[in-house]
Amino acid sequence: MLLVNIIVTLLLAGGVFFLLVGSIGLLRLPDFYTRLHATGKCDTLGGGLIIFGLTIYHLFHYSHHPLVPVRLLFLIFFIFIANPTATHAIMKAAYRTGLKPWKSGEERR
Amino acid sequence: MKKEGKWFGFFITFGVMFLFWIILSGLLTAFHLIAGGICSALVALISHDLLVKGKSDKLIIKSWRLLCYTPWELWQIVMANIDVAYRVLHPKMPIDPCVFDFETSLRGDWALTTLANSITLTPGTITINVEPEKGKFQVHAIAKEPADALLVDQTMQRKVAHIFMES
Amino acid sequence: MITLFLAVALLILVSISLSLYRGAVGPGVFNRVAAVNVVGTKTIALLVVFGYFFERPLFFDIAILYAMLNFIGTLVFAKYVERGDVCS
Repeated sequence: MLLVNIIVTLLLAGGVFFLLVGSIGLLRLPDFYTRLHATGKCDTLGGGLIIFGLTIYHLFHYSHHPLVPVRLLFLIFFIFIANPTATHAIMKAAYRTGLKPWKSGEERR
Repeated sequence: MKKEGKWFGFFITFGVMFLFWIILSGLLTAFHLIAGGICSALVALISHDLLVKGKSDKLIIKSWRLLCYTPWELWQIVMANIDVAYRVLHPKMPIDPCVFDFETSLRGDWALTTLANSITLTPGTITINVEPEKGKFQVHAIAKEPADALLVDQTMQRKVAHIFMES
Repeated sequence: MITLFLAVALLILVSISLSLYRGAVGPGVFNRVAAVNVVGTKTIALLVVFGYFFERPLFFDIAILYAMLNFIGTLVFAKYVERGDVCS
């Protein structure tokens, strides 16, 4: 049981670290397109790691609900497909409307 | 479209919807199964040509290869996030964004979608635009090295073409 | 273990409040939409963690629903900005 607790703690800590890095990137990066790089990738993996850690926690502490880990894995699969698609859609809308990308050497926007 | 192609897509969609119903509810009584069957049949009747277009051959081989591609992609996702974390937390923030085009020989719906999703999830690149007739991708890269990995190496295009047998 | 879930939930709340700054300031509408999408994705993880903190593991049904709503909302907004109306 101690080994399961250590694995769950590591997975949750990794997930929270990536979520915080995503938010810091949203504040620090100089342009809309680069901010989408940070959030689109880090949010997906951070959320996926947290939910995966809780799946392992559920397998060992709540064995009277046996079908729940399958549904949590479906949630992870849905996040891995939906988040990049939404990121691509909003980036395509911004590019078509004429927002210019940032080149190195300009000022922040 | 031939008649056997129409029913093939319908049955595949019905099977997938019914499987999702059983997994998401977890109940196996007669009432719930019959209700699930009716709802899955209605949904499959309306939208079966969105999932499977007509008669597609070698579906099982393509699904198996897609399943074997998933661990490599998960490893690429982890590498992408470590790369983004390094660039964001570094005091000097080494980024150099650029927008570029490239062409592939893929034409099918599933192949283009898988490649666009993989480009968005791998280090340093996001898809901006896809043209399905010519197979052209417009990509925004955050630095020079990920852009080169996509343009010069072409590892991902070869893997996706191998999964869908260069559709 | 339960107090660890409380600490994780508080850290997720901290990161949500950091991205609200970009939602308030961000010059233009696209930065604000990106911030709202980020808040939605972090809410999904927060819902699942809170479910296990209160020892009711079935909160994740709400999380699946909210994931779908957030995805559809962002897609509809992108389509509206690009074309001028949603159903043409």
